[in-house]
Amino acid sequence: MIWLAQIFLLLGIVFSIMGNLGVLIFPDVYTRLQASSTCSTTSVFSVFIAAILSAGFSPLSGKILVITAFFLVSSPVSSYIIARYAWHNEIVPWQKTRKKK
Amino acid sequence: MLLSWDIMIYFFLGTTVLSMVRIVIGPSSADRLIALNLVSAQVLAILVIIAAKENLSIYLDVALVYDIFGFVGLLAITRYLLKKETSK
Repeated sequence: MIWLAQIFLLLGIVFSIMGNLGVLIFPDVYTRLQASSTCSTTSVFSVFIAAILSAGFSPLSGKILVITAFFLVSSPVSSYIIARYAWHNEIVPWQKTRKKK
Repeated sequence: MLLSWDIMIYFFLGTTVLSMVRIVIGPSSADRLIALNLVSAQVLAILVIIAAKENLSIYLDVALVYDIFGFVGLLAITRYLLKKETSK
């Protein structure tokens, strides 16, 4: 049980580094949004799973399960809200063939 | 244990600071909203890790309310900015 939690914590560290690097070095709003939403959600979610595995069968793991369910609903919805806000704000998606000014 | 809870707390503190750079230098307001969402998710992870380390369930109530208010706050900020853009 402990070693399974260790594996999920390592997965969380790897995905968190990838998401933060993507947010820092990607060129556009939509690409940054893609890196942020997928990698951040996966890293936080695997940390939750590691906490559930480490707590065992107790009231603590039930509360973490409730937080996991709400986070699984609210994080894609907030990414969608930001993407819709950027689209209504008329931000043009980045293309690779465009010349640099 | 190879990866203890203390290492995870300091790691997520470091990545939170790293993603706050995007809030400061973001060119548009959508970039700042993305980084704010990322910071909110990582602070939520820190709260759950502290609760699992100390074996106290009161941090989980704080984490749930923090998640709900972060989501509602982001919704309110985008709605306010869109209304301000369209009224001009």
